[in-house]
Amino acid sequence: MIQQILFLIVTLATIFFSYKAYSAIAYNIKLGRDYELVDDKSSRWKTMILIALGQGKMFKYFIPALFHLFIYLAFIFTQIELIEILIDGVFGTHRFLSEYLGGVYTVLISTIEILSVLALIATIIFLYRRNILKVPRFHKPEMKGWPFKDANLILFGEILLVTGIFLANSSDLVLQSRLPEHYHHTGRFVISSILADGIFNGFSTGTLHFLERFGWWLHVLVVFGFILYLTISKHLHLIFAFPNTFFTSLTPRGEMENMPVIMAEVKSMMGLTEGGDAAMEMSEEIPEFGAKDITGLKWKNILDAYTCSECGRCTDNCPANITGKELSPRKIVMMVRDRAEEVGKKIRSGNSEYIREDLKGDEVKLTADNFDDGKSLFDLISDEEIFACTTCNACVEQCPLLINPLDTILQLRRYRILTDSTGPQDWMPMFTSLENSGSVWQLQETREDWINQ
Amino acid sequence: MQENINVKTMAQFASEGKEPDILYWVGCAGSFDARAIKVSKAFVKIMNEAGISFAILGNEESCCGDPARRAGNEFVFQMLALQNIEVLKSYNIKKIVTACPHGYNTLKNEYSKLGGNFEVIHHTQFIEQLIKDGKLKVDTKVLGDTKVTYHDSCYLGRVNGEYSAPRNILNKAQISVTEMERSAQNGLCCGAGGAQMFKEEEKGDKRINEERAGEAIETGAKVIAANCPFCITMLEDGLKAHEKEDEIKVMDIAEILAKGIA
Repeated sequence: MIQQILFLIVTLATIFFSYKAYSAIAYNIKLGRDYELVDDKSSRWKTMILIALGQGKMFKYFIPALFHLFIYLAFIFTQIELIEILIDGVFGTHRFLSEYLGGVYTVLISTIEILSVLALIATIIFLYRRNILKVPRFHKPEMKGWPFKDANLILFGEILLVTGIFLANSSDLVLQSRLPEHYHHTGRFVISSILADGIFNGFSTGTLHFLERFGWWLHVLVVFGFILYLTISKHLHLIFAFPNTFFTSLTPRGEMENMPVIMAEVKSMMGLTEGGDAAMEMSEEIPEFGAKDITGLKWKNILDAYTCSECGRCTDNCPANITGKELSPRKIVMMVRDRAEEVGKKIRSGNSEYIREDLKGDEVKLTADNFDDGKSLFDLISDEEIFACTTCNACVEQCPLLINPLDTILQLRRYRILTDSTGPQDWMPMFTSLENSGSVWQLQETREDWINQ
Repeated sequence: MQENINVKTMAQFASEGKEPDILYWVGCAGSFDARAIKVSKAFVKIMNEAGISFAILGNEESCCGDPARRAGNEFVFQMLALQNIEVLKSYNIKKIVTACPHGYNTLKNEYSKLGGNFEVIHHTQFIEQLIKDGKLKVDTKVLGDTKVTYHDSCYLGRVNGEYSAPRNILNKAQISVTEMERSAQNGLCCGAGGAQMFKEEEKGDKRINEERAGEAIETGAKVIAANCPFCITMLEDGLKAHEKEDEIKVMDIAEILAKGIA
C-alpha cells in the first residue's frame, strides 16, 4: 500500500514536471518564425520512418550505428515493460501481464534481457570511445563542460537501468520457486535465469525480496528521471528525431530560401511589377533581413537545435573546421538551443525590464515581439564563424537527424550583410562589380571576348 | 592560341530568325578567367564535334548570382537573377547547359521561385548523354595509362546528387579512377563555395585547397579530373602549395575528352 501511494506520487510528479518542461520547449520552438512548408505528407512519413525509426543515416558508419542500434532497440522494447510497471505500480499487482501473455511474456522479457545485455556492451564501448579512446569529435571546444558530462551521465543511467532490470528479474525467478503463491510463474528468462541459478540462489529470501523491489524501483526511477532529464540533455533526440525528420525541408538542397520582400522591391526597381502592388509594403518600418536571434530564425531551425545529439559528424566533416577555422556547425546548432532556452525563459518571466526600450510603458506587457535583452546570437557566434562557411553541405549530408546547420548560418550571414551592412572587406568590391558590370570581377573584357582569345 | 571553335550568340541566331536547340551558359569564370576559358573552349569543341546547335548569351549574360546570394547579399542576387530571367525568357529559352556547377544549381533550383523555369543540365550530364546517343566518339587512349583521381564539386555532387555522370564519362574513356579518401557524398570541398573564392580565408591552420590537394596527391594520381572552374583554380593553387604543380595536372572532364578530338 505504501508502495502504491509512493508510486502514484512519483508518477504524478513526473507527469507534472515533464508537462511543464516539454511545454517550455514547445514554446521556445514556436518563438521561431513561420515559413512555407512543402505539403507532401507521404514523403514526410516516409522520411521519418526511414531516418528516425529506421536509423537510415546512422549506417553511414557501421560500427557506431550497430552499437547505437542496440541501445535504441533495448530502450524501445524496455518501454513495453513500462506498461506493466504502470499497472503494477498503481494497482499493487505483481507482473500483471505474465498471467495474460503466458509464454509470450517469457519471450518478451527474454528479448528485453538480450537487448539489455547488448545495450550494456554498447554503453561500455561508448564510454570507452568517449573517455579513453577520446574520439576527436567528442572533444572539440564546444564539448567542454556540460555537454561532455551530459553524454557520460546518460551512459551511466543506461547502466543503472540495465542493473535494475536484472536485479528485479533474477530475484523474481528465485522467489518464484520459494514463494510460488506470491511470485507466480513467468517461465525462465533467458539471461536472468543464469544469474538466478549462479548467484541469486545463494541469497536469503529477505535479501531477494529487497533486491527485487530495489531493482524494480531503480528501473522506475531511472525511466521517470530520464523523461525529465531529456529536456536539458542532448538525448532529447530520442523523441525529437521523429518530428525533426518529419518536418525536414523538401525543397532542393541547393535552394536558398527566397526573400519575397526583396524580390518585390527589386522587381519594382527594374520596372518588372504589374501594377506595383505588393512591392511597397516594406516602406513603413525599416525591415530586418536575415536573422540575428531566435525570433528571426525559422521554428525548424530551433527544432533542429533541440534535436541535436551533439555527435559532431557535421563538424568532423566541415572543411573549415578540418583546416583549423573557428567554425563548427555543431557549435552553431548548440548555441541556438542555448539562446532559445535563455530567450524563452526571459519572455515567460514577464519581467518588464526585457521590453525594448522604445516600446516600454505602464500598460505594456512583455511579449516575443517587444522582447529585447540587449543580446543576440551574435554574442554567441562570431563573424569569423559565420563567414568561414563554404556552403559545401557536408554538415547537412552528415547529420543522422536531418539537422541543417547551414540554413542557420546563412540566415545569420544575411543579417550581417543586409541589415548590419558589415562583412568581409573582400566582398565589397565583388558586390560593386556585380552591381555595376554583372560579373564577379571588374574587367575590361566583354563576356564574348573569350571566343577569339 | 587561336583554336578552331564555332560559337554563336543568341542575338546572332535571332537575327537569322533561328533558334538553337540549347543555350550554353558560360558563366563568369568561363567567360573571364584565363584557366576556365580553356574549359569553355574544350566544351565548345566537344559540342562542335557532336554537331550540337547551341548558342551563348554573350554580352547579354550576367553573373547567375550564386556568389552574391551565398555571401548574403539578396538584393544583388535578385537584380542579377531577375535580369537574366528576363533575357532568357525574351529568347524563349527552354534548355540550358553549363560547365559551372554553381550556375547549374542556381539556374536549376533557384530561378523558378523568381519566375524562371528552365531545364538545366551540367556539361558532364550533357556529355554523358552525347556519348550514350552515339553523337560523340570517345578516344579511349586519351590519357593513356595515366593515373587519375576525381574531385566531386559540392554543387554538382552533394548539393545536386550527381556523382555518376563524370565518373561514367571517365569510365567510357577507359580511365580508371583512383578515389580520394573523401569522395562522392563525403567529398571534401575545394574551399571556393559560398563566395569564399572572392575573399581571404578565415584564420586557421591551413587552407582548404591545400588539404584537398594533399588528399589528391596521396592517391598518386597525375591528373585530377574536375567539373567546376572554381575547383580547378583552388586545386591548382593547392598543388602549388605542395610544389606539385609540375607533376600533377588539374583537368576538367571536358578538357580530357577534347584532347581526343583532332
